[in-house]
Formats: sequence, C-alpha cells, structure tokens
Amino acid sequence: MSLGQTILPYIISGISVGGQYSLIAIGYTMVYGILRLINFAHGDVFMVAGLMMVYLAAALPLYIAIPLVILFTVLLGFTIERVAYKPLRTAPRMSVMISAIGVSYLLQNLALYITGGLNKNYPAIPWISDSVSIFGMQTTRVTIITPFLTVFLSAVLVWLITHTKLGMAMRAVSKDFETSQLMGIRINNVISATFIIGTFLASVGSMLFFTNYPGVVPTSGGMPGLKAFVAAVFGGIGSIPGAVIGAFIIGICESLIKGLDTILLTRGVIADQVGFATFSDAFTFVLLIIILVFKPTGLFGEKSTDKV
Amino acid sequence: MAKVLEVENVTMQFGGVVAVNNLSMVVNEGEIVALIGPNGAGKTTAFNVITGVYQPTNGRVAFREETIIRNHPQGKMKKLYKGEIGEYYTKERVLAPTPDYITSLGMARTFQNIRLWKTQTVFDNVLIAKHHQSRHGFISAMLRLNRDEEKAQRERVRDLLEIVGLSDVQNELATSLPYGKQRRLEIARALAADPKLLLLDEPAAGMNPQETEELTEFIGEIRDKFHLTILLIEHHMDLVMDISDRIYVLDFGKLIADGTPEQIQNNQRVIDAYLGVADDA
Amino acid sequence: MTASERNKNLKIFAATGLFLFVILILDQVIKPTSSLSMLLTVLQKGSVYALAAVSMNLLNGFTGLFSLGHAGFMLIGAYTYAILTIPAAARDTVYQYYHAIVRFSIPETLSSFAGPLGTVIGVGIAVTIAGLVAALFAFLIGLPVLRLKSDYLAIATLGFAEIMRAICQWGKLGPLTNGSNLLKSFARISTFKLDLGGTTLSFSTFVPVFIATVCIGLIVLLVNSTYGRAFKAIRDDEIAAEAMGVNLAKHKMLSFCTSCFFAGIAGACMAMVLSIAQASNFKSAMTYEILLMVVLGGIGSITGSVIGAMLFISASEWWLRGLDSGTFLGINAPGIFRNGFRLVVFSIIIMVVVLFFRQGIMGDKELPDAIQAFRTKRKMKAEAKAAAAAETPAAAEAPAAPDETPKGGA
Repeated sequence: MSLGQTILPYIISGISVGGQYSLIAIGYTMVYGILRLINFAHGDVFMVAGLMMVYLAAALPLYIAIPLVILFTVLLGFTIERVAYKPLRTAPRMSVMISAIGVSYLLQNLALYITGGLNKNYPAIPWISDSVSIFGMQTTRVTIITPFLTVFLSAVLVWLITHTKLGMAMRAVSKDFETSQLMGIRINNVISATFIIGTFLASVGSMLFFTNYPGVVPTSGGMPGLKAFVAAVFGGIGSIPGAVIGAFIIGICESLIKGLDTILLTRGVIADQVGFATFSDAFTFVLLIIILVFKPTGLFGEKSTDKV
Repeated sequence: MAKVLEVENVTMQFGGVVAVNNLSMVVNEGEIVALIGPNGAGKTTAFNVITGVYQPTNGRVAFREETIIRNHPQGKMKKLYKGEIGEYYTKERVLAPTPDYITSLGMARTFQNIRLWKTQTVFDNVLIAKHHQSRHGFISAMLRLNRDEEKAQRERVRDLLEIVGLSDVQNELATSLPYGKQRRLEIARALAADPKLLLLDEPAAGMNPQETEELTEFIGEIRDKFHLTILLIEHHMDLVMDISDRIYVLDFGKLIADGTPEQIQNNQRVIDAYLGVADDA
Repeated sequence: MTASERNKNLKIFAATGLFLFVILILDQVIKPTSSLSMLLTVLQKGSVYALAAVSMNLLNGFTGLFSLGHAGFMLIGAYTYAILTIPAAARDTVYQYYHAIVRFSIPETLSSFAGPLGTVIGVGIAVTIAGLVAALFAFLIGLPVLRLKSDYLAIATLGFAEIMRAICQWGKLGPLTNGSNLLKSFARISTFKLDLGGTTLSFSTFVPVFIATVCIGLIVLLVNSTYGRAFKAIRDDEIAAEAMGVNLAKHKMLSFCTSCFFAGIAGACMAMVLSIAQASNFKSAMTYEILLMVVLGGIGSITGSVIGAMLFISASEWWLRGLDSGTFLGINAPGIFRNGFRLVVFSIIIMVVVLFFRQGIMGDKELPDAIQAFRTKRKMKAEAKAAAAAETPAAAEAPAAPDETPKGGA
C-alpha cells in the first residue's frame, strides 16, 4: 500500500470530524468575539441536541423530529444566554465564566439524570448514514457531506456578517461593546442573534457528528466542545474563517494521531505499538499551548494593545 | 549637575500611529521638569516608555547616567529610520527591562487614571509598594521570619501617610476615599518605593484651584524633604508655571519647545498649539 | 507583635488544637457501623476538598489567575503518593500487567527503623514529595502559560490537566503508573491504626484533617504576609503592581507553584481517603466542583472556601442522599428521586448562588473579621439604645444594654 493509501482513510475521517468541530467552533468564536466569554456550556448544548434527537426520533417521524431538535436547541441556547449570562454582563469576567461552567455542570447532570447513565443510541438518519465508497474506501455519506455543508454554511454566515445590517451590528459590538450601545445598536438583539446562530450551527453539527459516532453520553459534549474552542483560538478568536480552518486542521491531526500507530506499523517504521491514540485528545492542547505562546492572536487574528 | 534622566531620540510607534516622535529630554538632579502639550500629544506614552511599560521603537533612555532602555528598528521599520541615527542604534544591544526592574532602580510613578488597589486599605496600598525592597524570600516571609523588617516598613508607611495627610483614613478601603485623597494616596504609594525620580501623571487632574495650590506647595515640599527629582505631566498651567524649573512642550508626539516657564509662555509655537490663539478680528 | 495580636494568635492556636483533639476523640468513639459514621466520611472528604478549595482560591481568588488545571495537579499528587507508599510485598499484585519500577515504600522502609513513628514520618515525607512533584510540573507548565490572558490561561490549564490524565493512563508508562489500571494497597486511612496493648487507636479521620489543617494554616500565613499582599495587588491591578516593583512573572509563578503544591498534597490525601488512585477520578468535573465550592464560599475568603467545601460535601454525601434514593424529607417519590437527582438539585443551587449571591457566603471576609463586625454592630446597637434611653424623660431608668468591649485584637 502506498503512503497515500495508508493515510487517506484517516485524512478523510479527519476532514469529516473537522467539519463537525468547525460548526461548534463558529459558535464559540462568535460569542467570544462579542462578549469576550468562553461559553463553556456550548459543547454541552451540542450534546443535549444529540439527546433530544434520541428521544424525539423515538416518538416522532424523522422529518418532524429534525426541525424540532433544531428549534428546541436554539431555544435552549437563547434561554441560557438570557438566564445565565445577561444578568452578569456588568460583572467581572470571571463571574460570567463561572456561570458558564455552572450551566455546563447543570446540563451534564440533567443529562445524567434523564438518561440514567445509560449510553443512548443515536437514530440513523437515512441517506446521510448510507455507506458509500470513495477512493476505494468504505465510509458513510455523512463523511462526504460534512465538509461541503460546513463550508456552505460558513460562507452564508460570512455573507450575513458582511452584507446585512445585523452583521454590521455584530462586527461593531465585537470591536467596542459600550460605544455600540451608545450608538443605538440594540445590544440584546445582537447578542441573542449571535447565540441563536451559534446554537443552530451546533445542532446541525450534532446531527452530523452523532451519525458518525452514535453513542450519546452526558460527557459527549465535553471533548468536542473543548477541541472546537481550541480550533477557534487557533484560527484567531473572533474570526469565522479562522475557526473553520482551525477546526479542519485539528480534526485531521487528531485523526492522523489516532491512526499513527497503525500507519507507522504498516510502513515498518516502528516494530511495536507506541500507544499514540491515548494522546490524540492531548495533542489538541499541546497545539493550543504552542499557538498561544508563539502567536496568541491565532492564524487570522488581530493584535490589539491595551492603553495604560 | 548630574543628569538623573536622559531621553535620547525616543520614538514610539503603534502600527501606523507615531505617538512619540524623536523625543529628547534631560532632567537634572533636584529639578522639577514639566511635560506639557495638548491632549493626545504623547505625554503619557512618553512616561510609559520611560518606565518600561512600552518598549520604544527607537531610542535610548538613561537613568542616573546609565542606559536602561534601548531599542532600534527591526526589519521593515529600519527603512523608516535610515541614516546615522539608525546606524548607531543597530549596532548596540537591545535593552528592554520590565517596569518592576526600573522601579527597583529608583523610579516611581503615578497614573493618569488612578490605579489604586481597590480591595485593599489605604495603609496596605502604600505598604505593598515596599514589598520589592524586602530582603526576605518567599518561605521566610511566609513563616514570619521577617517580622522586624515588616515592622520597620510599617513605621515608614505610617510616616508617609502622615506627611500626605491620610493618617485618619488609613484603615479605610482605597475606593471609599474622595477623588482628591485618592490622588494623594497614589503619590504616597509612589513615595513608598523610595524613588530618586518621581513621575507624576496629571497629579492635579480634577482638583479645584484651592486644592491645586496645596498640591503645588506639597510637591515642592516633598522635593526638598526626600531629595527628589520630579518629572510631571500637567494641564493646570498655574501649577506648571509656578513650580517647574523647566518645561518641555509636546504636540502630536514631537517636541516643539523647551525652556524656562518665561520662555515657554512667550513662545509663539506653543501659544499657537496649546496655550490659545486669539480670535482674529 | 502587640499584646492583643499575640492574644489573638494564641486563641486561634488553642481553638485549632481543640478542634483536632475533638476529631481524634471522634475517631475512636464512632464505630463504622453507627449512623454517625457519615460524619467521619464527611470530615475526611471535606478536609481534602477544603484544602483543594483553599489552594484554588489562593490562585484564582487571591492572585486573580483563572486556572482550571487543579484536577491535573491533584492527580499528580495522588499518583506520586500512591507509588511511593505501596508496600514492597504488594507491588506485583497491584502492578499485574507490568513490572513495577518503584519497588519500595517510604513508610515501610522507615518503620523498619523506627516502628510506628517511622510510618508517620514516612507518610509525611511521601505526602510532601507528592506536593513537590506537583509543584515541579506547575513550574514547567507555568513557564509558557502564565503570561496568557485569564480566559486563555483557563483553557490552557484545563488542557494540561487532560494531558496529565492521558499520560498517567498511557500503557508505556505502566511500570510506573500502572497504565489504565488503578493503584491500590498503599498507605491509606484504614491502615492508620496504632496498637497499644489491648486497644487500637484509629487515626483514619485525624490524619487527613491534620494535614489539611496544617496546610491551610500555612496558606493563611502566606496570604497575610507581604507576598500575599503582592498577590492581591496583582489581582486588583497588575499594571500598577508592576509599576510598584512587583515582578509579575516571578510572583505569578510563586503563586501558581504554591497553589499546585498544596493541590498535590490534597490529591495525596484524596488517595488516602478513597483508598484508590485512579486517573479517571480526576476529570475536569472535579476542577469544576472545587471551583463551585470556592464560589459558594466566596472568592477571596479562605474560611469561605473551607465552609463551601464542607457544605458541598455534607450536602452531596449526606443530607441530600435521599434525593437519589426515593425518599427525601418525608416525600416519597421514587420516580423523581432517583439516581442523579441529587446532582441536578445541586447544580441548580449552584446556579442560584452564582447568579444571585455572587459574593458567596463570606464574600471576601474571613471568619474573625465577620465575628468582629458582628460584635461591633451589636455594640453600636447597644450604644444607640443607651443613648436613646438616656434622652427620654424617664432617664432615671438605667439603660438595659450591657457594656460590650470587643475582645481580642482590633
């Protein structure tokens, strides 16, 4: 087998999972750009979307369940912002972050309580979970759809930000919160819109993600959420294309590392398993630390100086 | 007379904005020198460069005859600074100490927007300024082996608070003080660091004429009592003209005039830029 | 030190001594089967979490460095302690699939020289080394990470904790850490017994509580020292702190390493109390719980963190147990009160605290200040009452308010 053939399955699955991460990452980067808040609860909202689908699909036909899941997830994101973040807008930054951690904790415990700790199986959405063959490899259609869908949605979002009034308001608020308020921008609407868009993308991402990894547990949102945030930082916090690219890079690297043992074994580079797979999650954080030390503004971020 | 501070060809550039443009200043021992200019002229930026908060894009700062800060343009910036001056600096080593090092050398400052430690008492605010002078390490301080040293420091702080007139409020939280007293507290805090050179950034901001006069007297007193050299930024012209030995005038980052108060008052450029232009008939 | 200060310190010392003595008595008196044995469990776990919370408060609340890596450092402490105290004979049973590298146990070695005293010193040394190893890792991770802004510092430290967990579970390090299997049979609270002729003295609760008390005492000393003030200055305004001579890099590193040193010790005590050291116990959820304890008690208050930790543990281990098992406060509803409900109620309470009682229980005051404030308020009320009574025409009536003088130091 050539090098390309060995690596290809991992790259393809990496692109797929990277796309799913990017849908989550956009939510993080938008919220951080506007509120300077790391929404720790975002990954758990993603997980709740997965759980909602599990329960709704058991009771309703899929073509009703899917839009309902999206609707309820968006509602959840909106409510969280109103209840847990809005009252603390004037509080010091640590308080809001702690509130986000509290919401994350609550969502995980609620999920644990409702599911009784059992692993829930995600329903198979027809068509996207069908098996297809690409470059001589067997995979699910979701793997191919994800990157295209992701790029399409991101492009729509970028168009929204640059060509609509709401988008301009969002950009203004992310540059200077107080002045935007003084200039008559309805801050609450802008912030709610940000959360709605971010949560919408996360719910779509959850459908794609859980089709590939069908086990839903209360902690399903933790790691993907964290990785998505790292992707957002990597690409430059506040920059949507940056978040998308960062997420793809992280997805691909993660996938490659998971398969590194097998790759190196079949190429004859190593004789015995090194156990790289354990570090596939840790790698993301090594990458984070490296980027924060050498280029804290990320790939596409902007530098700003504080006035003393 | 000994040169306490020498600023030589300092430029501070933020991206496209040149905040300080080729500034050169000298402050001699025992003098009170004022740095004036319209808002946005780059005065506080100059302070920030001198105290090490910003690293200058170009230039050199010497404290008590020794160079403490030096930088020269890197890469793209080199083209902007062609010529002899650029050449001279690129041969020398870059020096960029952190502000705490410069403070330990004997410089202390106050801030334009008061930066007190809000959750601490008035007493503690001044006491913390003495922390870097303690000879004891982390563990020995934790185990209270530094009792005598701390007692001496507390004595000094009590004296300082009396000199500035804040003894009665020493156990109050710093935020509970009225504005004028907060400014005095900042000065007391700076004095606690035992400086040779004191930089005051708009010490009279927000004060009424009575308070300003008291402050003018006060600055003269502490200069004599603590053998200080003082560099101050100020907009209150009566304070500046009363107390300064020399004045430097900045406009859009450039030095447009320097000299004694009389010379400055009669300098046409300064009047045009800053002190006021009479309406044409 | 003034006489009143010395008086105050003596009182605190005496109170602490009395407290430890009471714990010792409880250890002997309460049998494992009695219904009060829950109290001992709460004290054991509570003291461990109290130390963890106070050490986190030192970093987050007093120095303003928002770090979420606490679980990782506790993990390092737990594993170091366990590795150093597994008896030589048990090594191979514990390290089933690997050949253990470390084959001695510090308490065991010392006890062969000095008997029970050797065991005590051995455990003390092992716990201290656990803290030092955690502090070493803190130093290494702090070098790149401490200059990041608060939000990024949080994520970077969170990531580091995850990396630590992955490393401890790595198969290749099995000879040291036992890979993905847990560590057991080391010096734990059930082995802290002393045989005196006929009776056996138990120290199972005393040891963790003692260690926690000593460590918290050291942190209190630190916070009230000149370095503690410098930390608070960094928290309030680090630019001003730098301008006043406080070297940010050095002090942030000091705070970080000290906090992680005590986190490591807390981890070692956790292993002692739980009797196992398992990497999967030290997930980021543990860091979040400790953070929530700190918030509950009040960021910036040491007594608050202790109170917060004790309340949290009491509620989750003891009082709210019923929420998980069908009956609570007399209400019988097995459909609702099943496994996991306790944590849900908990999370809601925490959210309420975070949203409406941001100051927590103690705000940023310590218990002695709070008592002092209470006394002063009572005195002022009494004086006001006396003044009012003196003004009334019936002034012949002696004022009923007793004369209160504040005891102890000012």
